[in-house]
Amino acid sequence: MAQAHEEGQQHPIGIYLKIWALLFVLSTASYLVDYFHLQGYLRWSLILLFMIMKAGLIVAVFMHMMWERLALMFAILVPPVLVLIFVALMTLEADYTVFTRFLYFGAGP
Amino acid sequence: MQSAPTLTADSLAPPDGLRGVVADWSSDQRAFKNVPWGKAMMWIFLLSDNFIFTCFLLSYMTVRMSTTLTWPNPSEVFALEIGGEPIPLILIAIMTFILISSSGTMAMAVKFGYERNRRVSAILMLVTAAFGASFVGMQAFEWTKLIVEEGVRPWGNPMGAAQFGSTFFMITGFHGTHVSIGVIFLIAIARKVWRGDFDRARPGFFTSRKGNYEAVEIMGLYWHFVDLVWVFIFAVFYLW
Repeated sequence: MAQAHEEGQQHPIGIYLKIWALLFVLSTASYLVDYFHLQGYLRWSLILLFMIMKAGLIVAVFMHMMWERLALMFAILVPPVLVLIFVALMTLEADYTVFTRFLYFGAGP
Repeated sequence: MQSAPTLTADSLAPPDGLRGVVADWSSDQRAFKNVPWGKAMMWIFLLSDNFIFTCFLLSYMTVRMSTTLTWPNPSEVFALEIGGEPIPLILIAIMTFILISSSGTMAMAVKFGYERNRRVSAILMLVTAAFGASFVGMQAFEWTKLIVEEGVRPWGNPMGAAQFGSTFFMITGFHGTHVSIGVIFLIAIARKVWRGDFDRARPGFFTSRKGNYEAVEIMGLYWHFVDLVWVFIFAVFYLW
């Protein structure tokens, strides 16, 4: 299958239309989370769930990542996942900052 | 008499799975098999661009978590009055649907490009560019409303934490710039496809390289990335 001059990514048009429709459904769902004023952990987990699903569909199908070789997938997709460590660090930092602010500047207005 | 082992097409086929990762990365010359260099470079550029947006979103997260003031409610700030009723986030929702639609048309433009269907591919790319331009237009409207009517500035706003304005203008401004650049390049590539540059191997205006229809897919990668970033901005800035 691996010829040097194989024509790039070619897939039936149906899959693009289906993913397109699915992205519309997911976007509507995430908009409804706000529209119905869901709050707290339910809101945040739903927002993140729909976000991850949409991002996954775009990368996998529209950007053809699911048809690429594993070497490219790993090279491109692993580094952003490692960013989660950065997220954890900044969460700790923000918690500590807001704690000292409350401690030394009194409770906000 | 033993013949020397010869390489057949079968033994040249790269292995799959984790063994394939090791084989690809340890092979000489190119690690990304079956991927044209331009596409690999676009992926690597997108990875670095992704880090930039990550830094913006992370600093937004940090200042929002650490401020002692109340954060303005995006659901109310970005509400639009339609028929006397304020509808929360409606403009942002429309912008989201527009950008997703532009991704759909772009994905199909790539497909028709590889099929040498120049007319359809170019038209789909121009439709994508039109969607992108309308997105930027709506963003300009949103910024104007925020600055003129709501009094939001990068250094403060009447609704609460000052960081709301600075992170908002920074993040959406950078994203809007990406969309605008994408629109310009979409028009340029659509023109090349329409004129048949890639069929007649006409040298490009900038590098004098002969392009091919991979350029459409590379353009598509960039455009889908812009949509991808918006998915994250929509979720963590507007909906959170």
